[in-house]
Amino acid sequence: MILNRLMFHGGFKRLFSSMVIAEHKGDKLASSTLHAITAARQLNQPITTLVAGKNCKNVISEVSKIEGVSKVVHIDNELLDHPLAETLCPAIISVQNKFKFNYLIAAHTASSKNILPRVAALLDVAQISDVMAIKDSDTFVRSIYAGNAIATVKSLDSVKVVTIRPSSFAPSKSVTGQKVEIEEFKFDDIKCSSRWVAEEIIKSDRPELGSAEIVVSGGRGLKNQENFQLMYKLADTIGAAVGASRAAVDAGYAPNDLQVGQTGKIVAPKLYIAVGISGAIQHLAGMKDSKVIVAINKDPDAPIFQVADYGLVGDLFQAVPELIEKLGASKK
Amino acid sequence: FYKYKMKILVGCKRVIDYAVRIRVKPDFSGVETNNVKHSMNPFDELAVEEAVKMKESKHATEVIAVSCGSIKVQEVLRTALAMGADKAVHVDVEDEKLQPLDVAKLFKGIIEKEKPDLVILGKQAIDDDSNQTGQMLSGLMNWSQATFAYKIENIGNKKLQVKREIDGGLETVEIALPAVITTDLRLNTPRYATLPNIMKAKKKIIEKFTPADLNVTISPRLQTLKVEEPPKRQSGKKVANVDELIEKLKNEAKVI
Repeated sequence: MILNRLMFHGGFKRLFSSMVIAEHKGDKLASSTLHAITAARQLNQPITTLVAGKNCKNVISEVSKIEGVSKVVHIDNELLDHPLAETLCPAIISVQNKFKFNYLIAAHTASSKNILPRVAALLDVAQISDVMAIKDSDTFVRSIYAGNAIATVKSLDSVKVVTIRPSSFAPSKSVTGQKVEIEEFKFDDIKCSSRWVAEEIIKSDRPELGSAEIVVSGGRGLKNQENFQLMYKLADTIGAAVGASRAAVDAGYAPNDLQVGQTGKIVAPKLYIAVGISGAIQHLAGMKDSKVIVAINKDPDAPIFQVADYGLVGDLFQAVPELIEKLGASKK
Repeated sequence: FYKYKMKILVGCKRVIDYAVRIRVKPDFSGVETNNVKHSMNPFDELAVEEAVKMKESKHATEVIAVSCGSIKVQEVLRTALAMGADKAVHVDVEDEKLQPLDVAKLFKGIIEKEKPDLVILGKQAIDDDSNQTGQMLSGLMNWSQATFAYKIENIGNKKLQVKREIDGGLETVEIALPAVITTDLRLNTPRYATLPNIMKAKKKIIEKFTPADLNVTISPRLQTLKVEEPPKRQSGKKVANVDELIEKLKNEAKVI
């Protein structure tokens, strides 16, 4: 509302607008970007999406169908194939210098966490991290102290760099017949002394942890890596993503990108099944906004039972195979 | 073979101890910090440990611990000195006013005085959970950056190879010095300071600066309007067996 007033009463007409920075892998848009677009739509400003990378035709076409996107700016550059903060940041800044967006928005993912604060510092503005709700044009809600307090903050900067918590905003859907302007942006001025060397991505057919409807998560109670396979079996039986507590990751039972918690991923699925997880503050920060929480733990005093809608006190090595068997049978 | 020896700056923030159950103030102005146990931000302990290890393995010549905040931050600087840092720098600022952009500017000021080759910071402070300062500093310096570091190797020729934690797995990058690195939890296991080292740390120097000494004007860009407790979850019910659990999930919660 304040923005609208400014637009009509300002000395000259100024277009307020938002830019969502699309995240993608190869030729596929990351689902987290759909959540970021929803957050941008709440600001009621025209939305431009930036697609930077190498050969991003599919991503550009995918993104231009997403409801609310009115323009796509794309940069095609080999050096942005595996973007580093040192390469993508100057690209974003030069797009920003041309179009003067009021909001730069991205999902709070590992990639944005890496790049956006660098962008914010070079624009001499604050970043508002991991936003859970947008109150109005300059007021945002975010969690602090591992989700144990919720802060409402007002940004005093003219340009707002915002990363949003994907699980707090529904994904935007694709629509047909949307008119979208597509503009190529030339950006070749990359001088960078860093070099991308390699990546080890764990391939999986299971849904993405950050946006899955059901998550089954294992903790230290699984005792070893072999037993942790039980979690994958349970997940496959009910079409869930697999998560893990920090204890399970630190003990080497599960790879670190499965970690749910303050220092891992924040999830809010329809159903979260915590198996052999005690429920430390760190872990609860990552899952306590799930719709329904189930805990399976042999310790009746485990803190996880304080947040669980349904708690089963018992041996997971009996309960989980039984669950797999009975849920598997009922699916057929 | 020859490897370049680095001068390393590490950041240490004093935060409410990770094990403390925090309390929101009744006037919603913030979180109660009086008479609450504080300690070094856990991610910063990893930064200090990594720097000290680099010195022990002769990849570093000097480790300088830096903290911004009230006089109380000198406690965490003493901890860093007891862990093996050579000297410490305290930038005296009101804690409440500190936000990542200003901290990055203060660190830039210290860098200009100390001229380190490498700055290691924690990936985030467990109080504001911002995850910004390292990236901002690297941007302001126009240096290389490697965030969420899982493994750091000095590969010579003023270059480091860093394995980073990313969504979906790990990524390896090669960065040239000078650079900023931020730590992830799996980088190392911080040591405990031994009593003799705590005694020795008392003799080490803590230099003190003000923002004015570093040509920085503190200007918070985010105004906190309100801090509240998160909504409480209703405590649920216990089920007797797997059959009852499945029945509840299907018919009561309707989630499977």
